[in-house]
Amino acid sequence: MSAIAFWGAVELGLVYAFVAVGVFIAFRVLSFPDLTVDGSFPLGAAVAAVMITAGLDPWLACLAAALAGAAAGLVTAFLNVRFGILNLLASILTMIALFSINLRVMGRPNVALVNRPTVLTPFYDLGLADHLVRPLLLLVLVIATVALVARFLASDFGLAMRATGQNPRMALANGIDTGRQVYVGMGLSNALVGLGGALFAQVAGFADVTAGVGTIIVGLAAVIVGETLLRARGMLVALAACVAGSVLYRIAVQLALSSDAIGLTASDLNLATAVLVTIALVLPRLRARGLAWRSRPT
Amino acid sequence: MIRVDGLKVVFARGTPLEKTAIAHVDLALAEGEFVTVIGSNGAGKSTLLAAIAGDVPVAGGRIAIGGRDVTDWAPARRARHVARVFQDPLAGSCAELAIEENLAIAAARGTRRGWTAALATARRQLFRSRVAELGLGLEDRLGDRMGLLSGGQRQALALVMATLAGSEVLLLDEHTAALDPAMAEFVLDLTRRLVAAHRLTTLMVTHSMRQALDLGGRTVMLHEGRVILDVAGEARAGLSVDDLVAMFRRVRGGAPLDDDALMTS
Repeated sequence: MSAIAFWGAVELGLVYAFVAVGVFIAFRVLSFPDLTVDGSFPLGAAVAAVMITAGLDPWLACLAAALAGAAAGLVTAFLNVRFGILNLLASILTMIALFSINLRVMGRPNVALVNRPTVLTPFYDLGLADHLVRPLLLLVLVIATVALVARFLASDFGLAMRATGQNPRMALANGIDTGRQVYVGMGLSNALVGLGGALFAQVAGFADVTAGVGTIIVGLAAVIVGETLLRARGMLVALAACVAGSVLYRIAVQLALSSDAIGLTASDLNLATAVLVTIALVLPRLRARGLAWRSRPT
Repeated sequence: MIRVDGLKVVFARGTPLEKTAIAHVDLALAEGEFVTVIGSNGAGKSTLLAAIAGDVPVAGGRIAIGGRDVTDWAPARRARHVARVFQDPLAGSCAELAIEENLAIAAARGTRRGWTAALATARRQLFRSRVAELGLGLEDRLGDRMGLLSGGQRQALALVMATLAGSEVLLLDEHTAALDPAMAEFVLDLTRRLVAAHRLTTLMVTHSMRQALDLGGRTVMLHEGRVILDVAGEARAGLSVDDLVAMFRRVRGGAPLDDDALMTS
């Protein structure tokens, strides 16, 4: 694997770190299996691409993409909290609807951003190689995001969100409005995913309506790889693990793709990811069963 | 402090499974009063508590807490004035969170939860001293996961949690039923101490006639969703567990109690 391919993988891993942190908030904090992200990621990319193409400031485009993502998350939360639709189903409904909305936003299946100013443009003149500038800027953004989210989860409000996900009955008995926690958590989660989509469009140079397929699995893969590497209860470490998981996952994918011996092509990526996540989900259970087997009375 | 007027609770209304859990209950607790509630299975004891806490919708009647009509309040809003301990020791706390995080959630009950750090130094010190009062040595394990503790330890902490934030009313739903006898005794004693120290108006549901007479100053017996006995003062002081059991038998038409042993213990 060449240095450029390596840094490319790191860069993509850092873009998807936003997705990983978002998925962590939905799945691990709120215990809300949320597939909205498959729609809110390309939504963020679409909003940012259209705004940048229209000549608007790329940072403003990022903000708008995050807000659009948050709105998508709120729709899912609304379907679940207000109407009691099963969380998974509510998120699938939003995801499906977003496919049409994303096409409406862009007006066509994809928008190219070649030669447009992005959030990266000012930093290319600093004298660093382009393939290093991108991961560095992304790293700074990721660190800031992780610090803010970790602080949020350590606050009274964030702790209430964790209680809502783990034991809603206890949360209610302690005066926590669990419905509001779901709204805020899903909004925050999908805002981060939308921001990830906006950065993806700017780094990759395009927004595509199909870019969201499998986002949830990639995000979950990052969360699970991170958890396997760093078993921690502290929120800061857990979030850092998501980021590390996302980057390592991309490097592993890059290694697999660049190895002729394995013979994988880019189109095998989804299958490989699904297999990886399945193994990661099954392993702890097998290990537990193995321990129970070994410690059985003879 | 608690006022229940003409309360009626019906489950699965309008279906073939319709069941009237509470037919008609009037009950008033003065400020600082500690009332124990007994009754056989299905008498409506837990439903009465759930109705006061807002967990179940009422079919009729009003509920007031501290002079405020809370009948239409959501459970989260009522929690500002009402603290609860559940029968299941696992229900009252989050197993995956640290002891101190659980305490922080309880300490913020009734306040606006914002951006302030949940585990500020002042709070940690309060937790330490409050947990140290238990004498279980848990004050040195505040960073441990709640799930590592025994049911009794969790229930003791649940009582501490219920009394961390100021509240007016404490609802205890058979909170010692799932514990071993020694731990149950410890938790009961703790209940007595905390209720007295915080001058809480307390409603305690119990399966044990002994507990019902030993704790608090007034005992209410429910049967088929109605109050069939309400004794306090000297009338109650003269009652023995046997008297209560006899009364129980009478309302059930002389049928023997299937859970005599449990009730009298």
